[in-house]
Amino acid sequence: MKIYRIHALICAGAQCLAAGGNGFEDALKNELKKHNIEEEVRVVETGCMGACQLGPLLVVYPEGIMYTNVEAKDAKEIVEEHFLKGRPVKRLMWKKEGKEEFPGLKDIPFFAKQTKVVLRNCGLINPEDINEYIARDGYKALAKAIVEMEPKDVIDVVKESGLRGRGGAGFPTGLKWGFAANQDSEEKYMICNADEGDPGAYMDRSVLEGDPHSVIEGMMIAGYAIGANRGYIYVRAEYPLAVRRLETAIKQAKQTGLLGKNILGTNFSFDIELRMGAGAFVCGEETALISSIEGKRGEPRKKPPFPAISGLFGKPTIINNVETLANLPVIVDKGAKFFKQFGTEKSPGTKVFALAGKVNISGLVEVPMGTSLRKIVFDIGGGIPEGHTFKGALTGGPSGGVIPMEFIDTPMDYESLPALGTIMGSGGLIIMDETSCMVDVAKFFLKFTVDESCGKCVPCREGTRQMLKILERITSGRGREEDIYRLEKIGELIKLTALCGLGQTAPNPVLSTIRYFKEEYLAHIVDKKCPAKVCEFSALKGGRNKYEAKVTH
Amino acid sequence: MEKIKSIEELRKLREHARESLKVRSGEAKVKIMVSMGTVGIAAGARDALMAIISELEKRQFHDAQIVERGSLGLDKEEPVVAVERDNKTVFYGKVTPEMAREIVAQHVINGQIVSEWVIAKE
Repeated sequence: MKIYRIHALICAGAQCLAAGGNGFEDALKNELKKHNIEEEVRVVETGCMGACQLGPLLVVYPEGIMYTNVEAKDAKEIVEEHFLKGRPVKRLMWKKEGKEEFPGLKDIPFFAKQTKVVLRNCGLINPEDINEYIARDGYKALAKAIVEMEPKDVIDVVKESGLRGRGGAGFPTGLKWGFAANQDSEEKYMICNADEGDPGAYMDRSVLEGDPHSVIEGMMIAGYAIGANRGYIYVRAEYPLAVRRLETAIKQAKQTGLLGKNILGTNFSFDIELRMGAGAFVCGEETALISSIEGKRGEPRKKPPFPAISGLFGKPTIINNVETLANLPVIVDKGAKFFKQFGTEKSPGTKVFALAGKVNISGLVEVPMGTSLRKIVFDIGGGIPEGHTFKGALTGGPSGGVIPMEFIDTPMDYESLPALGTIMGSGGLIIMDETSCMVDVAKFFLKFTVDESCGKCVPCREGTRQMLKILERITSGRGREEDIYRLEKIGELIKLTALCGLGQTAPNPVLSTIRYFKEEYLAHIVDKKCPAKVCEFSALKGGRNKYEAKVTH
Repeated sequence: MEKIKSIEELRKLREHARESLKVRSGEAKVKIMVSMGTVGIAAGARDALMAIISELEKRQFHDAQIVERGSLGLDKEEPVVAVERDNKTVFYGKVTPEMAREIVAQHVINGQIVSEWVIAKE
C-alpha cells in the first residue's frame, strides 16, 4: 500500500462544485505535478463538508487545516508554502471573526459544536471508493445483522433505539418494520425515499453524494429485517451527482459481493434498483411514490391499507427516508444504547438541518435532537449578519411553520415543534430577519404547494388555490378585514380533509404566521403597509375595483 | 475488485483499508518532523523526506505522521529530522537519505534511538 504524507480533501458536494471546486482541483493537481510531489500528496474528492457558504473547501491532513473559498489561483501558494515548506497559508484559513486563524478543523465552532452520526463519513471519505467506506466500519453492521442476528433481533434493536422516521412524520421505524415483517408474503419490497423536495433542504442529497454506501447498507439491513430481497431507491432526477455516486456505489457493492446473491456466504440476497423521479413534489409522499415506481401517474391514494401491508405491486413495502437509513448501520453496529445517548428520551439520535437564509454560515449541520434553535443559529451558524436581527425560523418547508424569537430556546424535537404549530419536517431550516415579510413568506410556500398539488382531491386542489388568492390580495394591498378569518377557516378544513400529507400540511405556513405575526397581516390589510417593505402596493392606485372584480367569486 | 465471501474477509479488508485512512485521523503513534526551510531544502531535506516515505512504505508502517515545518535555526545541522515517539522528541542532524532509512527502521518503527546521530533531545 502506498503511503502519502498529505491527504488533500476537496469538497465535491454540489455547492462547492458550483462555486468552482473543479477548477481548483485541476489547478492543484497541476501544481503537484509541476513540483513533482504527486506521489506524496493524495488528492481526494469528498462529499459535502457542511460549510457550504464558504466553499469551495479544502481540508489538509494530517494537520486538519481547513481552507475556505479556494480558487484556482490559490493552488500555487498552497502547494509551494504548505505542501513543500510546511507553512500553512494563513490568508485562506478559516478565521475567528475575521481575525485569528483557527489552527484546525476541531477548533472551529461550526464543526466542534456538531454531533455527527448520519454525516459521520461526509467530507471525510471518497464516496466513489468502497474501500474508504469499509475502512470506516462500512458494511460491518450488515455483516453482523445477516451473520449473527435473526431478522427479529434487528427489528428489536431498532425499536429499542427509538429511531423515528427522519422524512418528517417521525413515525417509529422499528414499529413500522414490524408491520411488514409480520406479513406472510413471498415478495416484499424495501424502498428508499430520496425524493427530497422542500425548498432549501438538501440533507438527503448530501448524504447520497457524500456517503452513498451508508444508505445502501441501511436498506439492506432493513430488507433483511422485514424479509425483502429487492430494494428501490427513488431519487430525484434533479440530483445528477447523487445519482451518479449511487450508481457507482451500487456497482462497487455488487463487484465486491456485498450486494447480490448469498451475501457473505449467507442465505440473504438483495438487489437494488434506482428509479428517477420526474420532478413532482407529491411523489415524496409514500403512496404517490409507489404509484410512480409502478409506472403509474404519481398520485397518492387513501390509507389504509398502509404500504407495510399492501404497498408496491400490492406487496408489503417499507419506505424509509435517506437519513433514517443512514442511521441504521450505526444502530446495529454500536447498539441502541449508543444511539440513545444522543437526543431526547422521545426523540433519540441526531438530526441534520440545512441551515439557510439570513444566517452568517449557512450549510449543513447535524446536532442532537432537542438542541435549541438558538444554539443552531447563533453558536453553530454564527448568528445573523451584522446590523440585522433574528425574526423567525421556518422549519419543515412548505409543510411547516415559523418559530418566532420568543420561542428560540425551544428544543428541536418531535414533541416540542408541533406544540408551536410547526413540524420537524425533513430538516429544512430557513432563518429570517426583519427584512423578511411573513405574509410574503407564507405566500411563497403556499404558491409552491399550489404548483405541486397533484389535483386528485378537492381540498388541496381548490382550497390551497383559494388561500393563495387571498394572500395575493393581502400582499397587493387589497386585503379585506375578514381575510384572516377566511384563511384560518379554509386552512383548518384542508388540514382535516385533504387526502395526503401534502395537502394536510399545506396550510401550516399560513396558519403559523397568522398565529405569531398577526399584526403583520393586519398592517397589510388595514394600514395597507408592508412593515418589512417587501410587498409592493403600487398597483393600488386606480386599479382597485378592477382587481377586486377579478378575484371575487 | 475481489469478492468478499465471509465476515472474516470483510474484517481483514477493513483493517487493511483503515491503514490508508490513518492520515485523516490526525493521530499517530509517531510524528516525524522535517525542517523544510530554505537552508534545509538546499542541504537535501527533500531527499531525506523521500527516503523516509519510501522506507515507511517498504515496511508498511502506517502509524506515522509526516509533518513539514520551518527552520529551527540549526543551519549547520541541516537537514534536521525530529522524531516524536513515546512523549519524547529526538533531533537528528545532517540526515542523509541512508540515515533517514535507518532512523525509520530503528527509531520510528522499533523505538530504538540511533544515538550516534542525535543532536538534541526534548
